[in-house]
Amino acid sequence: MAHATGMKYLKGGILPHMWCAGCGIGIMLGALLRAFEELDYAATDTVVVTGIGCTGKADDYLVTNALHTTHGRALAYATGIKAYNPKLHVVVLMGDGDGVTIGGNHFIHACRRNMDLTAIILNNFNFGMTGGQVSGTTPQECHTSTTIYGNPERGFDICALAETAGANYVARCIPYYGWEMKETMKEALTQKGFSVVEVVSPCPTHFGRRNEMKGIPDMLHWLRDRAVAVDAYRNLPESERGERLAIGTFVSRDFPDFNTRYESVRSRAQQG
Amino acid sequence: MSAASRSFRCNTVNGKDTLLSKEIRLMQGNEAIAEGAIYAGARFYAGYPITPSSEIAEVCSQKLPKLGGMYIQMEDEIASIAAVIGASLAGAKAFTATSGPGFSLMQENLGLAVMGEVPCVVVNVQRAGPSTGLATRPAQSDIMQVRWGRHGDQTLIALCPSSVKECFALTVTAFNFAERYRVPVVLMPDEIVGHMRENVELPAPDALEVVNRKTPTGHPADYKPFQADEDGIAPLAAYGSEYVFHVSSSMHGLDGYSNNDPNNAAWRIRQLHEKIARHRDEIVLTQTFDTDDMDVLLVTIGATTRSGRAAAIEARKRGVKAGVLQLQTVWPFPDREVAELGQRAKRIVVPEMNYSGQIADEVLKAVGPDMDLRRVNRYNGTIINPQDILAEIFDAA
Ligand SMILES: Cc1ncc(C[n+]2csc(CCOP(=O)(O)OP(=O)(O)O)c2C)c(N)n1
Ligand code: SF4
Repeated sequence: MAHATGMKYLKGGILPHMWCAGCGIGIMLGALLRAFEELDYAATDTVVVTGIGCTGKADDYLVTNALHTTHGRALAYATGIKAYNPKLHVVVLMGDGDGVTIGGNHFIHACRRNMDLTAIILNNFNFGMTGGQVSGTTPQECHTSTTIYGNPERGFDICALAETAGANYVARCIPYYGWEMKETMKEALTQKGFSVVEVVSPCPTHFGRRNEMKGIPDMLHWLRDRAVAVDAYRNLPESERGERLAIGTFVSRDFPDFNTRYESVRSRAQQG
Repeated sequence: MSAASRSFRCNTVNGKDTLLSKEIRLMQGNEAIAEGAIYAGARFYAGYPITPSSEIAEVCSQKLPKLGGMYIQMEDEIASIAAVIGASLAGAKAFTATSGPGFSLMQENLGLAVMGEVPCVVVNVQRAGPSTGLATRPAQSDIMQVRWGRHGDQTLIALCPSSVKECFALTVTAFNFAERYRVPVVLMPDEIVGHMRENVELPAPDALEVVNRKTPTGHPADYKPFQADEDGIAPLAAYGSEYVFHVSSSMHGLDGYSNNDPNNAAWRIRQLHEKIARHRDEIVLTQTFDTDDMDVLLVTIGATTRSGRAAAIEARKRGVKAGVLQLQTVWPFPDREVAELGQRAKRIVVPEMNYSGQIADEVLKAVGPDMDLRRVNRYNGTIINPQDILAEIFDAA
């Protein structure tokens, strides 16, 4: 088979895209569209739901069904779509602001409910679109446009949150490893239940320049140097985990998804 | 056509008799709303509990799964309306119910339903505020919140029932309007109407008209989800059909993709308003009682209609000709109907359960500042009684 390009899901004549050079959003979208192609997804039964932010602009480039929603609420919209029509492939693209800051409540409940959705969160450690303000994932002490003296708060570990809240599939990728990202997307898309893929890719425009990643290669090297496969990470003594970033698949389990459980509710209701 | 002849009686909707079947049930307003929704074809409910609307959720949780539908309790009202909109775009007739605080939370996403022209119904059983206020007590103080609660230049349809029977019938109408005009419709009973119990004769399954949204018929490649037909309404496909489409909270063109061109923006905003305006006469529903000869006109909504009718009957016994105009449609405001009847009256009395006179101000806009307009406002969580209204009918009448 020829290499998947994902081009058939891209709207013609729309390039160049709006994202900054070195932004991970384009790489993430490329991996997702190649995954669509390798899984032979039809535009008719695929719905991409987006939130608001740089990541949330992705629907502008797609020829699948799409719903561009309000900031932080994409998962709730996707829940309604999937609940009503379980045959659809419903993919939700969010920034970390969308996904776990303003949308944190929807995120934990989507995990708990285990809706058969694929949530892809581009974690750039800040609010990109509004100018690099602090986010719920900005690491402690980091500098953003609203934490110029250092972030007093701790940032969420999205994968740990998803695992605890009950997602069926949880993985983390970085743009340094593009092929692996596409493979991860395929796993996430095909796993029944709620899947979370966190793509860690610091916003070069706002975050990198304030935090010792002056250029795009610095950002990629920063990621490469910190990244450790999750199994190796788990074997590290606590003292050595500090600055490390575990990547790979954290969780893959098959709790029944929401629609499956709802079917049994329906059959009880209809018998009774 | 005069306002009086366009209005319909309590037991008819869109000219059809709603009382064709013999099934009579003692029902609560909220229960009648749930039954009306199911009758209209609603099969998806997403909500979050709040007094005084929770009975609607409870009935739906029992009945929808039996009918192959779905009840889902979301994590909050923001998520509830979002899920309703998502389900609607997947092809469902979908709705939610809430009260003041929850309705406030829904506003941003309700704006998306306006912008994306997504049919859905939101029931706001009005209770007293501000804030948590008198949580279990009635009010009619969300009139302006329903109309203007969302940011931006937008409009929607709102209906207000005054009886259990109307709860059923106007819920069916609400779904019909939502589907026909691709717009969110708010049904806004007050707590009194939501919780009162009355005997209701349920209509036979085919007695009332049930409208389904217009879906596209052309070649899928040509489908544009915001390209309106002659009637100003664009057909709406469902996710999962052969038609692939985009819906966006952002300003968008005919094809649903975001578009920031100023001309496009102006066209979109106009289109959202004009599709309602041009069908205004079908949307505006009023009901009149004893208005053929009257000197005093009472303009009412919801539960105060009942006190208003009692007051008007009593006034006639005492020699003053009074009549009642009930606004079943609150938005778009029945300004022409109010003006037509208003000019035949010497005085207008507007009883409403709020301090600020939200309905009275609109009435005044319709009839002009020279009218002798009397306000009867109550905002302590108790019902306006006929005596309160009689005082304004008689005072120097
Ligand atoms: C309710 C609401 N609050 C605030 C905003 C302003 N806003 C737009 S994008 C954004 C943050 C985006 O950050 P993130 O979701 O991380 O996406 P990114 O731009 O980094 O991809 C904010 C706060 C909004 N659109 N809506
Ligand atoms: S501002 Fe940041 S997140 Fe937005 S496109 Fe540029 S690099 Fe990406």
